[in-house]
Amino acid sequence: MKAPLTRLDLLGYLFLAATIGAAILAPLLALATPKSSPFFLPPYVVALLGKYLCYAILAIALDLVWGYCGILSLGHGAFFALGGYAMGMYLMRQIGARGVYANPLLPDFMVFLNWKELPLAWWGFHSFAYAALMVALVPGLLAFAFGWFAFRSRVTGVYLSIITQALTYALKLAFFRNDFGFGGNNGLTDFKDVLGLNVQADSTRAALFSLSALALALAYLVSRAIVGSKYGKALTAIRDAESRVRFLGYRVENYKLFVFVVSAIIAGVAGALYVPQVGIINPSEFDPANSIEAVIWVAVGGRGTLVGAALGAIVVNFAKTYFTGAFPEYWLFALGGLFVLATLFLPKGLLGLIAAPAAAAPAAPVREAAKEAAP
Amino acid sequence: MIARLLATLLLVCCATLARAGAADDTLAKFLDDKFPSTAAAISELVASGAPNAAPILQALADGRLLIDPVARVLVYKTMAGAVINARTGEILGGVDVAAFKKVRVNNALRSAIDAALGSLTLASPDAAVRLAAAEAVFKSRDAKALPALDVALARETNARVAEVMSEARAAIIAGDASAPAADRLAALEALKRRGDADAQGLIEDVATTAEAGAVKTAAQSALSAIQTRLALWNAVQNLWYGVSASSVLLLAAIGLAITFGVMGVINMAHGEMVMLGAYATFFVQSLLPPSLSQWSLAFALPLAFIVAGAVGVLIERLVIRYLYGRPLETLLATWGVSLILQQTVRTIFGANNRQVTAPAFMSGSMEWGGLSITSGRLWIIALAILVFAALQFVLRATPFGLRMRAVTQNRRMASAMGISTDNIDMLAFGLGSGIAGIAGVALSQIDNVSPNLGQGYIIDSFMVVVFGGVGNLWGTLFGAVTLGLANKLLEPFIGAVLGKILLLVFIILFIQKRPRGLFALKGRAVEA
Repeated sequence: MKAPLTRLDLLGYLFLAATIGAAILAPLLALATPKSSPFFLPPYVVALLGKYLCYAILAIALDLVWGYCGILSLGHGAFFALGGYAMGMYLMRQIGARGVYANPLLPDFMVFLNWKELPLAWWGFHSFAYAALMVALVPGLLAFAFGWFAFRSRVTGVYLSIITQALTYALKLAFFRNDFGFGGNNGLTDFKDVLGLNVQADSTRAALFSLSALALALAYLVSRAIVGSKYGKALTAIRDAESRVRFLGYRVENYKLFVFVVSAIIAGVAGALYVPQVGIINPSEFDPANSIEAVIWVAVGGRGTLVGAALGAIVVNFAKTYFTGAFPEYWLFALGGLFVLATLFLPKGLLGLIAAPAAAAPAAPVREAAKEAAP
Repeated sequence: MIARLLATLLLVCCATLARAGAADDTLAKFLDDKFPSTAAAISELVASGAPNAAPILQALADGRLLIDPVARVLVYKTMAGAVINARTGEILGGVDVAAFKKVRVNNALRSAIDAALGSLTLASPDAAVRLAAAEAVFKSRDAKALPALDVALARETNARVAEVMSEARAAIIAGDASAPAADRLAALEALKRRGDADAQGLIEDVATTAEAGAVKTAAQSALSAIQTRLALWNAVQNLWYGVSASSVLLLAAIGLAITFGVMGVINMAHGEMVMLGAYATFFVQSLLPPSLSQWSLAFALPLAFIVAGAVGVLIERLVIRYLYGRPLETLLATWGVSLILQQTVRTIFGANNRQVTAPAFMSGSMEWGGLSITSGRLWIIALAILVFAALQFVLRATPFGLRMRAVTQNRRMASAMGISTDNIDMLAFGLGSGIAGIAGVALSQIDNVSPNLGQGYIIDSFMVVVFGGVGNLWGTLFGAVTLGLANKLLEPFIGAVLGKILLLVFIILFIQKRPRGLFALKGRAVEA
C-alpha cells in the first residue's frame, strides 16, 4: 500500500488534525476562557456544534455504504435513532428516584402508564457498559438481520432504498406506540446525568463535544482503513459493476453485509453521542425524511470521499440553522434546491471540485448504466 | 294594497289556529294548578292533537307557562320573551309577567310531559320528524309512549316510518315483564328482524332479566342469531372498507407504477403530484359560481390531470432527463423537487388545511342491511376502476401504449427499432403525474387538502408498486387490493398502527423472496 499521496489523502490528514484540534480546543475555549474574551465559546454553541459533529459521523457511516458500495440506504436514521434510544434508556435509568413520580426503578412514563415492573428490554440499562454495548449491538444486529436477507436475495438499487425506507417507517410507527415500551410519542427526555456528571453542566457539554470530535476522527480512521484495504477495493468494484465482481468469484453479499453492519454501528454511536447533547430522543428521529436528508449531506459534500460527507453534514446543518432562524419559509426551497442542484451539477459534491480525479468518486459512464435504467 | 292583503291573510290564519287550538276546558284545568288536574290536562292536550299543544307543553316543562291571577287567563312566554295567550295564540303586549304565577310541575309530571312531547312529534306531519321520534322511543323504551305510538302506528302511511314505529313498540313490549308472553315473543321476533346493535342490547337485557321460560329461550336464540348476523355484517363492512382503501391506494400508486415501469426511476415527488391535483380541485371550487358547484369535479378532473401532468413533464425535461442511468440520484433529485413543490404550495395557499366540499351526489351515505356505504367512497371506487380501465386501454390499444411497453421491456432494443425513448420517457412521466393529479381530486374528497397531503400516501404507494411489480398494471391492481384489504381486515384485531407495521415487515420479507415484485418483467433486459 505505498501509493502516492492524493489530494484527498492530504485532506484526510487535515481533517484528522482539525477534529482532534477541535476536541482539545473547544473545552479550553468554553471553560478556561473568560466570558468577555472574543474566543469564548458560549455553551449553546458548544451543544450546537456537538450536534453537527454527530451528524458528521452519521454522514461518514452513510458514505461508507453509499459512496463506496453503492447501497443507497434511506433508513440510516433508524440506526442512528436506535443508538440514541440505547443511550437514552441508560440516561433514563440514571434519573432514578429524581423523576416526577420518584420511582427508583421505573422511568416516569412507565409509572404514568401504570406499569408495575421494568420490561425485559430495559434490564441492564442502569449499567453504562451494558448501554454502550447495546449502542453498537442493536443497530449492528438489525443491520445484520436486514442485510443478511436483502443482500442474499440480491435486492439492489431503488428496491433496496425503498425497503430501507419502509424499515425506518415501520420502526417509527412502532416507537410511537405507548405499549411498545420506549416512551411512545414523547420519547425519552428530562435526563439528569451521565456517568455521574450533570448533562446540563457546561463542563459535561464540552466533554461530550470533545468525545464527539474524537469519535468523528475514529469513524473516519476506521472507514479509511476499510476502504483503503483490499477489501475496500472489492467494495468499490461492487459499486461499479456488481455482476462482474460476482462472476469473478467474489461473494458480493458478504462484502456488502460487512460494510453495512459496520456502517450501522457507526451510525448508532453517532446517535448515542447525539442524545445527551440535545437532551431528548423521540420517534420522529426515525422519520424517513431525516434519513433522506442525511443522504443529501453526503451528496453535497461529495460521496465516496468520507471527508466530504462529514463536511457536507456540517455545512448543510449550519445552513439549516441559519435559514430556519432567518427565513424559515425558504429553508425547504433551499434544501430542495440543494438536492436537485447537487445531483445535477455536483455529482462529486463540493469536494469533487478540489479533490484529484484519482479520488474514489464514482464516474457515471463506466457503471452498468443501461442495465440500471431498466428495473 | 299588498300589505293589507297580507294582514287579512294573517288574520285568517290566526283565526284558523285559534279555532284548531286546544279546547277551553282542557286549558282551564291548568288554571287549577293542582298536580292531578295538570296531569289530566296534559293527556287531554296530547289526545286533542292541537297544533299549539307542543309549544304549551314545552312552556310547561320549562316553567314558562303562566297564569294571570287576575284575569284567570293562561299565557306562555316564548324563548324570545313574547307573552302569548295560550288559548287564542294572540301576542299580548304590555303585560307584566312578574305578577303571574307559574304552573307548577313535579318529577312525575315532567316525565309525563316528555312522553307527551315525544308522542306529539310522533304525530308530526313531517315524515322525517316522525321517524326520528320513533327512533327516540325505540332508544328510550318509555312505556308511557305506548298509547301514542299505537295511535301513530295506526295512522302511519309511510312504510319505513311504520316499520320503525312497530320496532319501537316491540322494544317497549319485549322489555315489559308484565306483558303477555305471546306479545313478548312477537316483539322479540320483530327485534330480531331489526337485528342491529341497539336491538342486540335490548334482547340481551331481556335474555338476562326474563324469568326462565319461553321468553327467555326465545330471547337467547334471538340474541345468538343477531350476534351471528352482526358479526357477518361487520365482516362485510370491513371488506367494504378494505375495497375502499384499495381504490385509494390504486389511484395513488398506478401513476407511480407507470413511471417506475417505463423509466426505472422512483419519483419521490409523486405524492406532490397528488397534492397538486387536490389543490386544483380546491382552486376550481373557489372560482366556480355557486350555481355550477355541482359540476366542480367535471372541471377539476381535467384541470388536475393537466396541471400535474404539465408539472411532471417539466420535471422530466429539467431534471430527470439529465440523470439517466442513475436511478438513485434521480430519487434524490425528485425528493428535492417534492420539497420545493410543497413549500411553493404552502407559500401560495397557506399552510392550513383547505376545505373542499363534496358535491351533493357524492355526499351522504346509504344503508344496506347492516352495511353503511358512503357515496363519496363509492364514487372513488368507480373512478379508480375507470382510471385503471382507461390506462389499460392506452397501454394495450394505442400506438403510444405499444411504444411505452416496448421501452419498458427493453429500452435499447426499442431505441434500435426507431422509438424515440426520450419522447416516450417524457410522455410517460407526464401521464403518470397526470394520473396522480386525478388521484388528488379523489383524495381531496376524503382527506385534508394540505401541502403535506402527498407525504401520507407516498410510502404506501411505494409498497404497492414494489409488492405488485411493474410487469403490468394488473400487478399494481393486485398489490393495491391485497394491501388495502389486508390493512382493513387486520385493523379490527390488532389496531391500525400495528397492522401497518406488520404489513411493512411482510413486504420487506416478501421482497427477499421476489425481489422484483409479484408481476415482474421477464426477459434478459431485467436481470443485471
